[in-house]
Amino acid sequence: MSDLIRQSAATLAAAIARKEVSSEEVTRAHLDRISEVDERVHAFLYVDPEASIARAREVDQQIAKGELSSPLAGVPIALKDLLATKGVPTTCGSRILEGWRPPYNATIVDKLHAAGVVSLGKTNMDEFAMGSSTEHSGYGPTHNPWDLERIPGGSGGGSAAAVASFESPLAIGTDTGGSIRQPAAVTGTVGVKPTYGGVSRYGIVALASSLDQAGPCARDVMDTALLHSVIAGHDPRDSTSINAPVPDFVAAALNADVRGMKIGVIKELQGEGFQSGVLERFNQSLEILTELGAEIVEVSCPHFQYALGAYYLILPSEASSNLARFDGMRFGIRVDDGKNRSVEQVMGATREKGFGAEVKRRIMLGTYALSSGYYDAYYGQAQRIRTLITRDFEAAFSKVDVLVSPTSPITAFKIGEKLDDPLAMYLNDIATIPVNLAGNCAMSLPIGLAPEDGLPVGLQIIAPAMADSLLYQVGSALESALVDRWGGLLISEAPSL
Amino acid sequence: MTDAAANGIDQDLVVHLGKLARLELTDVEVEHYTLQLEQILGAIASIKDVAADDIPPTSHPIPVENVFREDIAMPGLLQEDFVPGAPSFEADRFRVPRILGEPT
Repeated sequence: MSDLIRQSAATLAAAIARKEVSSEEVTRAHLDRISEVDERVHAFLYVDPEASIARAREVDQQIAKGELSSPLAGVPIALKDLLATKGVPTTCGSRILEGWRPPYNATIVDKLHAAGVVSLGKTNMDEFAMGSSTEHSGYGPTHNPWDLERIPGGSGGGSAAAVASFESPLAIGTDTGGSIRQPAAVTGTVGVKPTYGGVSRYGIVALASSLDQAGPCARDVMDTALLHSVIAGHDPRDSTSINAPVPDFVAAALNADVRGMKIGVIKELQGEGFQSGVLERFNQSLEILTELGAEIVEVSCPHFQYALGAYYLILPSEASSNLARFDGMRFGIRVDDGKNRSVEQVMGATREKGFGAEVKRRIMLGTYALSSGYYDAYYGQAQRIRTLITRDFEAAFSKVDVLVSPTSPITAFKIGEKLDDPLAMYLNDIATIPVNLAGNCAMSLPIGLAPEDGLPVGLQIIAPAMADSLLYQVGSALESALVDRWGGLLISEAPSL
Repeated sequence: MTDAAANGIDQDLVVHLGKLARLELTDVEVEHYTLQLEQILGAIASIKDVAADDIPPTSHPIPVENVFREDIAMPGLLQEDFVPGAPSFEADRFRVPRILGEPT
């Protein structure tokens, strides 16, 4: 098999299962690619080639003995650096955790291990997943493989860039307000935010516990379906994990059919603030969906205009509480000048030095929103708006099967362009945030390049909670129509680096 | 009262928030965050009048209830697993800075 790095995970897994190629060969090809391009892309914070190759050899032996029959056995993966990996550095993109090696694995990591998926390393991210550009990493930004001067989205820019630059066929991301979908959109890849509770959060360093959800990143819809199947399912160690059978996402992706389906276009998520080329590609996709037999209906979600405001109160509130554990006492760095300081002073100095500007900004905002006198006016109101947004979704899904919108209002911007303008940065997630507030599921897939800048545009499909299969059904139908037009995946148009 | 006044953000409050959040902010940061918190809260102030009191708050997208299991001993973390990650460890305990006395 030639050019291993450009194959899909499904193709690689099938070839490994047929013993046409070994997991070791596939893993080596990707490690070679990482050493060739990652100095420029900076998708990875940590790679351990020897450990990856040793694991690939183990998997090869298990396959040879017939002990492994998972649909992704032997395929490499990149893990966002907020998944706890036993004995392997886990920084969450923060200096405060520099050098920390967790004593246990996240459930996702255990599931991937059991399925014979081989880890290549840990990917860069905005510090503690706060950001939409990966510029807020404590270890320097990741670069978009389409244009190295531009951002790869965030917070999971490392995971998306690893997949887009052919350094890994698969990656795990987490999505609190769009951190899987927006990076997918601006890098021409596919990313899925599963239904809240569909994938275990055990061992994922928490940003906002009521919003966080891990999910798959890949270059095509089928690969995300395969990866989603491996990581999904009930986990007794996560009290918010849904105890229900995992639907057959792969069968849904194979059933690429939208005939007779009603697809809702969200009126509030287009127009002002959306780049013209993004809207042009989005409208083209609607035409394609119509040609494929779907009926396009416009729906209104009147409270979505308040989603961003509600989100930037709920997220900082939860984050300020979750991040209280990083105090320099039990793990991570400690800043102590040895002058008999009090515990409060050492905590203050440690957090001041260990956290970056955006993390501190959001901790302050959350501390404010939760403080007495402001709680009802801000946090309480935000929670009520969360109810109204959920009701908007319920009303919309009583009329249509799925909803669509552009994933990100704009294509990838230049590194540094919005770094000191938090409000402009927050607008990147305007279309993705409502989904996290309501807890339902969504996918971003590439729908072409914006004519004005030649950069990838993503379309978001949103389905009701627990109806993740619909994402794969609609996503694969649209993807296959686009691939027919393009003669291949959009990502094959990306510069070779 | 304007929204800018209603949210009460000034440098004293930011210093106070920094203390509550255990962040030893520099003067430059205090100035910077005063401005930015003001801007952010100003931009999202419109949410304050949207939902009536009879709209129930949502804290979680799915119903959250206590999860119980049988009280069966299972292997957990051992001391040797987490000691290497601790900034300071002594005599089977995390060693921490003094917790009593006036700040120096």
